[in-house]
Amino acid sequence: MLIKKYYYGDYGEIEGGVSSNKSETEFPLWEVFIRSKQGLDHKHVGSLHAADAAMAMENARDVYTRRMEGVSIWVVESKYIHASNPDEAESLYEPSMDKVYRHPTFYQLPDEVNHM
Amino acid sequence: MQVNFEELFLSKIDKEIKIEPKDWMPEKYRQTNIRQISQHAHSEIVGMLPEGAWITRAPSLKRKAILLAKVQDEGGHGLYLYSAAETLGISRDEMTDQLLTGKAKYSSIFNYPSLTWADMGAIGWLVDGAAILNQVMLCRTSYGPYARAMVRICKEESFHQRQGFEILLVLSQGTDEQKAMCQDAINRWWWPSLMMFGPTDSESTNSDQSIKWKIKRKSNDELRQQFVDMAVQQIKVLNMTLPDADLKWNDERKHYDFGAINWDEFWQVVKGNGPCNKERLDARKKAWNDGAWVREAAIAYAEKKKKSLPQPLQGGALKTA
Repeated sequence: MLIKKYYYGDYGEIEGGVSSNKSETEFPLWEVFIRSKQGLDHKHVGSLHAADAAMAMENARDVYTRRMEGVSIWVVESKYIHASNPDEAESLYEPSMDKVYRHPTFYQLPDEVNHM
Repeated sequence: MQVNFEELFLSKIDKEIKIEPKDWMPEKYRQTNIRQISQHAHSEIVGMLPEGAWITRAPSLKRKAILLAKVQDEGGHGLYLYSAAETLGISRDEMTDQLLTGKAKYSSIFNYPSLTWADMGAIGWLVDGAAILNQVMLCRTSYGPYARAMVRICKEESFHQRQGFEILLVLSQGTDEQKAMCQDAINRWWWPSLMMFGPTDSESTNSDQSIKWKIKRKSNDELRQQFVDMAVQQIKVLNMTLPDADLKWNDERKHYDFGAINWDEFWQVVKGNGPCNKERLDARKKAWNDGAWVREAAIAYAEKKKKSLPQPLQGGALKTA
């Protein structure tokens, strides 16, 4: 079934268009982390391509801090990030589900000390 | 127990849980997102061209600085979107290649020329205005990286629309010639802006997968109506008129009725026969080709530095953070 789609951001295929699929050397991918102000953690904000760390840093400055979003930048090449597998999420995080006693609300105390 | 991935995927969509890059997703969901996000990215990049043409001719230093900042934002928006598409398994070079070889499309609006300074105002007010309605909706799209990119873009985009309206406001209070220029720009950009929302719903109703998968949340016509209702109010502030004799309040629908859109023109521009299709693509090709030596030099320099640096210094970033 042919779905004729034409949405904002999705303009369909061009008939007969060809992709040469040449594999030119592409700049490596970097992940960017920004500390928005002193006292806060660095937070992942996005990624970009750069030839080396210095260029990644400059590009991160230009792309992710144009409106004073940060006071410190970390960049790390994406290939060095190891991620957990979402398919294993259940077995990874399930063990903490039944340990409600790890939370302070688990303990019913007399009113006199209930703000403990 | 056998997990049914498709059911799991659909239940996430149902429960408004975002889909993330490593999650299982139907191949068609992946492909639709790749196409939509990359073409959206291309639109941002090609969209720099009509405005870029006026940077050198902006009427004051202030306007020049503003326009530069806006065009730079659009480059950034393209990058956020390319990055989101890359999480789905397509490379940046592949996407660039698809744009330059004409395999991928971009928003047709950018195939219209920007003829006068007033066009910078009309583009900001109408074109960015239409884009924002779509983009606000896309902040709630089901694919996580796309939604996050849209949130960032929307934060920056409202300055774009406001600066555009302000350009028109200044012109609308100027000399007769400036007023005429303002009206002329509105006349030329109004209909193409309405076309930005895509064909009317009755033409693309065949079991709409994008709505089911919550990639898109509102129909083309819903968004277009929202845009018309807003513009009718805003144009009063400018003391200008929208070029549509059929525009009038419909008390039954509680919306403004508007005239018929010229869909022949729309499809002509989509098919590559718009006023600037060739010019835009040529500009992108030239930029890519002229930049080749810079990319090669940067790679060569990075490799040379890697060889000459003693190992411990390479990971020094954290220490200085």
